[in-house]
Amino acid sequence: MSALDELTPPAEQDLAPAVDVRVRTVSRGRKVRNDLAIGGLYVAMIVAVIPLVAVIWTVVAKGLSGFSLGFLTNDLPHITNLTDAQIKALGLHISTKPAAGPAVVGTLLITAAASAMAIPLGVLGAVYLNEYGKQKPFARVVRFMSDVMVGVPSVVLGLFIYSVWVLRFGQSGLAGAFALACLMLPIVIRTAEEMLRLVPDELRTSSAALGSRTWRTTCSVVLPAALPGIVSGAMLAVARAAGETAPVLFTVGVITATNASLSGPNTTLSLQIFSNAKSANPLANQIAWTAALTLICLVFVLTLLSRLISARFASKRS
Amino acid sequence: MPEVRASGRGALGDGAFRWLTLLAAASVLAILAFIAFSTTKQAWPAFMHQGWSFITSKVWAPQNNQFGSLALIYGTFVTAAIAVVIAVPVSLGVALFLSEQAPRRLRGFMVSAVDLLAAVPSVVYGLWGVLVLGPKLQPIYRDIHSVVAGVPVLGRIFGPNGTGQSFMTAGIILAIMVTPIITSVSREVFVTVPRADKDAALALGATKWEMFRAAIFPYSLGGVTGAVMLGLGRAMGETIAVALVIGSQPQISANLFKAGDTLAAVIANEFGGESTGVAQNALIGLGVVLFVLTIVVNLTARYIVGRAERRMQGAL
Repeated sequence: MSALDELTPPAEQDLAPAVDVRVRTVSRGRKVRNDLAIGGLYVAMIVAVIPLVAVIWTVVAKGLSGFSLGFLTNDLPHITNLTDAQIKALGLHISTKPAAGPAVVGTLLITAAASAMAIPLGVLGAVYLNEYGKQKPFARVVRFMSDVMVGVPSVVLGLFIYSVWVLRFGQSGLAGAFALACLMLPIVIRTAEEMLRLVPDELRTSSAALGSRTWRTTCSVVLPAALPGIVSGAMLAVARAAGETAPVLFTVGVITATNASLSGPNTTLSLQIFSNAKSANPLANQIAWTAALTLICLVFVLTLLSRLISARFASKRS
Repeated sequence: MPEVRASGRGALGDGAFRWLTLLAAASVLAILAFIAFSTTKQAWPAFMHQGWSFITSKVWAPQNNQFGSLALIYGTFVTAAIAVVIAVPVSLGVALFLSEQAPRRLRGFMVSAVDLLAAVPSVVYGLWGVLVLGPKLQPIYRDIHSVVAGVPVLGRIFGPNGTGQSFMTAGIILAIMVTPIITSVSREVFVTVPRADKDAALALGATKWEMFRAAIFPYSLGGVTGAVMLGLGRAMGETIAVALVIGSQPQISANLFKAGDTLAAVIANEFGGESTGVAQNALIGLGVVLFVLTIVVNLTARYIVGRAERRMQGAL
């Protein structure tokens, strides 16, 4: 027997069985609680998606039957309680086909006008915040107030434009565009600023080293670099504006024939849905559902395009 | 990076561009101030006519020139509260699911689904709510009432119902609408929890749920509170969907299955050709009350989120 023997470990069977650290030993109660919680997450996800599926399903199912090229282009029909046969017997020329041409034109026109106002202003504001203002008190106040403005109820924006514009100049597509521009402005500012912040400082310093002034650098280096991101954010704002009803409710008015100009009363898809939703008339309901389908398609296309652009932008940046 | 400006060709651009962008940024402040000023000015005759009872009286009867908005304020808070109570557990579950549990490949798809939920215009939710959901909920309300009819408090909250248009229906629609907002803000908060905190909890043998409770929840409490308040502010200001499904009965009732009305819904439903003079001023006055309420809720939310963000930056 040497000292060496004492150092060698005793045979394995003498020890208590080793704890295998690769296997979790979790008591039953803890495991059950964990499984319940994880199961809860799946349930939450499903509960959140149910309304999305239900709404889209209903809108497609009820809206599709009224959809045609004519729906997008023809004037709004008169809503009557007469049947086709009665109309024929009376010798009237009343269309009983759902149509919302003026609303399609109005939605596109008013949203485009609002975008033309809000997007340049918002991007310039974002340029100030990220390129000049940075952490200065004024810039911080603007940032904070933009966040506050995002939270202002859209109906208040409608009342605002009604008070300052409609009372003097009457209802018009332009007034609706003003209200929607107020809605879009803070969204554009905040998203554009985020995107400008992603532009690496190296680009700015290189441009400065070549002798460019800050405004040149901003216009020909920084803005082009951030362009896809800015476009993506702006499209999100456009999608939001296109679907809004409350800001245009008191500012735009009501018409039944297409008005392709910004002056004079107009109408939008969202307004047609709102005014026809509670009607007991099947034709009015059909217009509401088909207008909802059209609006959802428009908004979803804008939203998905925006996501696509921002996803490509993000992968290029990283 | 410091600003580059110099004399010579193009020197005018330096100051001009700076001022142009500064004005654009200042437009936000100008518009906000203008909103507050012009709506208050327009509503002033109604405030003068009614005095303090504009916000303390519960009688809203424009045809008799009585403009008390208390019942509408009540409706605004009740529907928003229902929305938040329903939306918070779902939203937090979805946010945790997306940040911790969802398979990587499905994550992008699911985030898109939640974004689409936010993209559906509110008038479409309203249309669906009034023509599809409301009628479906009505028998369910009746069943719930018959179950709890004898129970002291529940019997009154879930009281007898008329149509499917009620505080509850409005609250459910609002819950659907604020879920994406609460989800996306809380998800942003959850992903800022330091990796080390989460790994430490797991290394100590915590289950995933225990890791959520030990590492994620304490860290993100502030941010999540802010997210919930943002959702509350959004629910209070939501107009069109509520206007369609709430049933337009300005009244204070503990019965959530009864029709009610909210500030925004009354504006949407009554503002139009018929309301002129002081009645119209009063409706704009409701807008001012709503503006003030949502500003207070949003400022509080931003303050809470901001404080939480600063604390997180300190911790990192």
